[in-house]
Amino acid sequence: MGPFMVVFALVFLAPIAYSIYLSFFRDKLVGGNSFVGLENYQRAMADPQFWQALGRVGLFLVVQVPIMLGIALLVALAIDSGRLYGRSFFRISIFLPYAVPAVVATLMWGFMYGTRFGLVGNINDAFGITLPNPLSPELVLASIGNIVTWEFIGYNMLIFYSALRVIPHSLYEAAEIDGAGQLRVITSVKLPAIRGAMVIATIFSIIGSFQLFNEPSILQSLAPNAITTYFTPNLYTFSLSFAAQQHNYAATVAILMGLVTMVIAYAVQLRGMRKDV
Amino acid sequence: MSTPVTTAPRSRNAGYARLRTPRRPSTVTRPRRSVLLTVLTGLILVYSLLPLGWLLINATKTPGGLFDSFGLWFAEDFALWDNIVATFTYDGGVFARWLGNTLLYVVVGAGGATFLAVLGGYALAVFDFPGKRAVFAVVIGAVAVPGTALAVPTFLMFSRMGLTNTPWAVIIPSLITPFGLYLMWVFAAQAVPRELLESARIDGAGEIRSFFRISLPLLVPGTVTVLLFSMVATWNNYFLPLIMIRDPDWFPLTLGLNAWNAQAATAGGEVVFHLVITGSLITILPLIAAFLLLQRYWQSGLAAGSVKE
Repeated sequence: MGPFMVVFALVFLAPIAYSIYLSFFRDKLVGGNSFVGLENYQRAMADPQFWQALGRVGLFLVVQVPIMLGIALLVALAIDSGRLYGRSFFRISIFLPYAVPAVVATLMWGFMYGTRFGLVGNINDAFGITLPNPLSPELVLASIGNIVTWEFIGYNMLIFYSALRVIPHSLYEAAEIDGAGQLRVITSVKLPAIRGAMVIATIFSIIGSFQLFNEPSILQSLAPNAITTYFTPNLYTFSLSFAAQQHNYAATVAILMGLVTMVIAYAVQLRGMRKDV
Repeated sequence: MSTPVTTAPRSRNAGYARLRTPRRPSTVTRPRRSVLLTVLTGLILVYSLLPLGWLLINATKTPGGLFDSFGLWFAEDFALWDNIVATFTYDGGVFARWLGNTLLYVVVGAGGATFLAVLGGYALAVFDFPGKRAVFAVVIGAVAVPGTALAVPTFLMFSRMGLTNTPWAVIIPSLITPFGLYLMWVFAAQAVPRELLESARIDGAGEIRSFFRISLPLLVPGTVTVLLFSMVATWNNYFLPLIMIRDPDWFPLTLGLNAWNAQAATAGGEVVFHLVITGSLITILPLIAAFLLLQRYWQSGLAAGSVKE
C-alpha cells in the first residue's frame, strides 16, 4: 500500500492542490503572479466559449451515452442468452475496437468519412449522389459520437457480460418453475442483478463524455473548419494553457469541469443505488 | 423473442417431433440457438469489424491506389510489404524509434502500475489498518477526476522539476491506476482465503513469503486483467505525451502517427497517408494479439471483479 500512496500523492493529490492554488492567481504582464481571489471563476461564469463547450459535451452525453450503453446491453444479453451461434467469436470481436488507440480509431474513421479516399466519397462516386459531409460543422459532433460509440461498445458490453455471468444459475431455474419467459427473466432477474455494473458503466461514460478530447483534437487536422479551439471543455483548457499561455484560467476551467463531473457522477450513483433498496 | 411456455405434455419421441416442428420454446436454462438473433447481433459485429477490415485492406495500397480504388476492396497492386518497409524507413527510421518508446512506456509504466495495484489491492483486501476506508474513498474519488484537470498542473509541476520532455513525464503518471487498484482489491478479497493465510502464519511463514508463495499464484487472473488494461491505457495514451513531450525522439506511436497525418495539412509537408494507414495497422496488432492470446485469463479476472459492487 505504501508505494502506491506515495506515487498517488505525487500524481493525483499534488496536482489537484496546485491546480486549486493556481486558480486563485493571475499572471500579469507586469508584476508577475498576483492573488485575485475568485476572479477567474467569475470570468468563467461569464465566458460564452466555456458555456458553449460545456453545452456541446452535455448534448453529446445525453445522446451518445444512452445509444452506446443500450447497444452494449443488448449485445451482452444476446451473448449471455446462449442463443447465438459462435458466441465467443462475437464476444471477442465486438470487444476488439477497445484495443485500438483513440488516435488510430479517429484517423481511420476520419479517412473513411473523407470524400477523397473514404467510403463517403466512394458511395458518392458509385451512385452519383452527394451524401452529407460527416466532417461538416453540422455533423461533426455526430461523427465523433459514432467514433466513440465504436470504440466503447465492446468495453461496456464486457462489463455487462461479466456481471451477467456471475448470476447464480439457480435463480433462472426458480424463475422458470414460476413460469417466467425469457423476457420476464431479463426484466426481473438479469437487469436488477447487474444494476451495479450499469451504474459503474454509466458513471465512466459520463466522465468520458466530459473529458472528450482525443477524437476532436485529432479530427481537427481533417476538419479544421468544423472544430474550434473551444469545441469541448478539455480542448478549451488545452488551448488556453498551451497556445494562449493562460495557465491560471486553464486551471480554473479544469477545476470547474472536475466539479461538474463529480457532482453528476455522484448524482447518478445515488440514484442508481437508491433503487436497490 | 419470448415464446410463452407451453404446457403441452411431452410425447416420448419428443426429440423426433422437435426436428420436424420446432415447438419446444427456447428457455433460459435450455436455450435454443436462434438464427434471427445471430443475424441481428451480427450487424453489431460488422459495425465493429468493418473499420478494421478497411484498415487492413487499405494498408495494401499504394498512395495512388488509395485515391482511385474502392475503399473496401483491394487495388490492383498489392503494396503491403512495400508500405511496411516504407513505414519503417521513412524519415530515418523514426517509426522504429517511436515503437521502441511506446514499448518502454508500456513495460515500465504499465508494468509498474500493475505491480503497485497488485500490492495495494492485496494490502487493502488482506490487512486491516487505520484509515483504510478513507484511503479507499480517496482512491475511488480519483477515478472521477478528469484527466485534464490534472494535466495542466501536472505539466507545470513537472516542468519545474525539469521532467517534461523526458520519458519520466509519461511514465510517472502512468504508474497509478485507481481502477486497477479497485479491481485488484475486489479480486484479492475473493481469491485469497483468509484461512489459508492464517495457516501459513501458524506454519511460520512471514508476510512477504506468504504473499509470494501463496497469494500471488492465486492472483494471476486478476493481475493479467489489470496488466492488460493498463497496457492498453499506456499503449494508447495520447493526451499525456501530447502535453509532456515536444521532442519527436521521445514520441510514442500515437503522437508520431498524428504528426504524420498533420503533415499533410502543413504547407510544404509531404503527404504520407499510406504510411499513416500502415503505421496504424502496425500499432494495433500487438494489442489485439495480446487480447486474443490471454483471453482465458483476463475474462475470468474481469468476471470475478464484477461480483461485488
